[in-house]
Amino acid sequence: MKVEIRLFATFREGRGKTVVLEQNEPTPRSLLRDIGVSEEDVAILLINGRDGDFDQTLKSGDYISVFPPVGGG
Amino acid sequence: MYGYNGKYLRINLKTKEIKVETLDLEVANKFIGGRGLGTKFMMDEVDPKVDALSPENKLMVVTGALTGTPTPTGGRYMVVTKSPLTGTIASSNSGGFFGAELKSAGYDMIIFEDQSEEPVYLNIVDDQVELKSAETLWGKLVGETTDILQEAHGEKTRVLTIGPGGENLSLIASIMNDKDRAAGRSGVGAVMGSKNLKAIVVKGSQKVGIKDEEALKAVFKESIKKIRENGVTGQGLPTYGTAVLVNIINENGVYPYRNFQAAQDENADDISGESMRDKFLVKNTACYRCPIACGRWCKVDDVEMAGPEYETLWAFGSDCGINDLKEVIKANHWCNELGLDTISTGTTLAAAMELRQLDLVKAEEIEGEPLEFGNAQSIVEWTKKLAYREGFGDKLAVGSYRLADMYGRPDLSMSVKKQELPAYDPRGIQGQGLQYATSNRGGCHVRGYLISPEILGLPEKLDRLSLEGKALWAKIFQDLTASIDSLGLCLFTSFALGADDYAKLLNAVAGTEHTAESILEAGDRVWNIEKMFNLEAGIDPSEDKLPKRLLEEGIPDGPSKGWVTKLDQLLPEYYALRGWSAEGIPTDEKLESLGLQVASLGLN
Repeated sequence: MKVEIRLFATFREGRGKTVVLEQNEPTPRSLLRDIGVSEEDVAILLINGRDGDFDQTLKSGDYISVFPPVGGG
Repeated sequence: MYGYNGKYLRINLKTKEIKVETLDLEVANKFIGGRGLGTKFMMDEVDPKVDALSPENKLMVVTGALTGTPTPTGGRYMVVTKSPLTGTIASSNSGGFFGAELKSAGYDMIIFEDQSEEPVYLNIVDDQVELKSAETLWGKLVGETTDILQEAHGEKTRVLTIGPGGENLSLIASIMNDKDRAAGRSGVGAVMGSKNLKAIVVKGSQKVGIKDEEALKAVFKESIKKIRENGVTGQGLPTYGTAVLVNIINENGVYPYRNFQAAQDENADDISGESMRDKFLVKNTACYRCPIACGRWCKVDDVEMAGPEYETLWAFGSDCGINDLKEVIKANHWCNELGLDTISTGTTLAAAMELRQLDLVKAEEIEGEPLEFGNAQSIVEWTKKLAYREGFGDKLAVGSYRLADMYGRPDLSMSVKKQELPAYDPRGIQGQGLQYATSNRGGCHVRGYLISPEILGLPEKLDRLSLEGKALWAKIFQDLTASIDSLGLCLFTSFALGADDYAKLLNAVAGTEHTAESILEAGDRVWNIEKMFNLEAGIDPSEDKLPKRLLEEGIPDGPSKGWVTKLDQLLPEYYALRGWSAEGIPTDEKLESLGLQVASLGLN
């Protein structure tokens, strides 16, 4: 099953803006492990634009968005 | 004297009388400084019902208790006056270096009264204070005005000035300092323009007194450590500036598009902090004693200029359906040069574009580049025409509410109390919606930045769509922010610091005995006196509301699809937490508990 990972800010360095991975029963944890992003560095994890958990099983067509600590205003 | 200088300037622009008056330190301590102190003086000296552009209104430039001291970001000042845009209290905050210089010249604030008959500027070199003719400066852009004044008075002087926007009384004009830092919102530039006051030049040579140098060193070290180790202030803001928010707000589906007709922009990444860094960034810039350095310095077509903040990228970008970053950076630059609020200018153009979309504004009214969603070539041209009130620009100059009202559709102005909302769609961020509706200066994100817990997860992550606890979060954030604005520190420190840190900094500098609780209480006091000013000004409590679109039309698509702001469910709890009546009016008991004597507020 293919899932899209959307990367932002420093996570793009060396990885690009999006990565599509094919995994069986993917979770954000398994996807991030595959692209070498440490969970501790992730400040915000969204699944389909809503707050998500690292161990949530993803469905076909889902996408995740990951951000390091960011802020502003 | 510690923290405060204990004196301030009172300038009568009509009689040209310049007085140095003594600051009552008991009053200063109660309201801390900056935003709080300025509002207290406005309440005491100005009838809230006055026409904001009349001689009866006063313009106050107020430093905070920590402005000009060796505290992290301790360089900010506030412009406090009555707003011609909203009719409410205006308190617009700015960084740069001007505020600290004013403090080191020996003054805690300047109160400008009445109006000059001819253009003037104020020149301050410590105790030498004089009004000088600004005839030759009137009409000039902010950059050139600053250069001329620094050439005349020394390159190390600091300059605050208005541009043509303020001179031409645009209700969305800003006051600029250090060329590209803005006291941006609520039309404070128009008040300065109405007084024929072009600029303030200041050079100071004194040090602000510190009560306990050793204690300050320790608390400084501790707070700097927290700021450097915090992911947002230590890494996120320095690397990408506030612009990094474009993608995160867009990914959440709460990023207003085309005047809030949608809440996601598929091209948002084109104008993101990441894109700006890749294509245009030259370096970071920092304000006085700031360890964060979130400012952007960009190069466009071989010309270097200050880069836009997140709100500006959105206002001229996605809110206008535009993804041409170069044109957005230029529009930001022109707002700085003309002295215009970037949020209100961009969003007023967006409102005009929706009026065109509906053919309420006819094509023939728009002489020049078509004001239509997606037309990147229109934004610089119409920003200039707005400042000079050329053609249709005259209608834009009064902001989106009055513009949309002229065409019978005030509901198309995405504003609260006639001030334009910034770059977060509150339909998908419930606490922020409550914050927008109750802000004492109308549509604004920096009166209580609930984006921090609701989106960014600081200090903890809240469900942005839940109502639970949001009223209390709004109150606490509003009160803490009021105190930070009164201290003269940057709101961004609050990503890393808490009320107890601010109490320690203030105590070390001023010898006070503040606690986290008393810092929040001081903020509560400031919030209540602002509210009382607004009520006295005739702002009905029913104005604590949002545009109809945000209350009735669900977000059409994306991760927040179908949501509206459930304001009617949040307001009663919020008013109760504030100790206000069900109608949203502070009770006598509440005011007395804060030491705000009802009679002294002129409410009887």
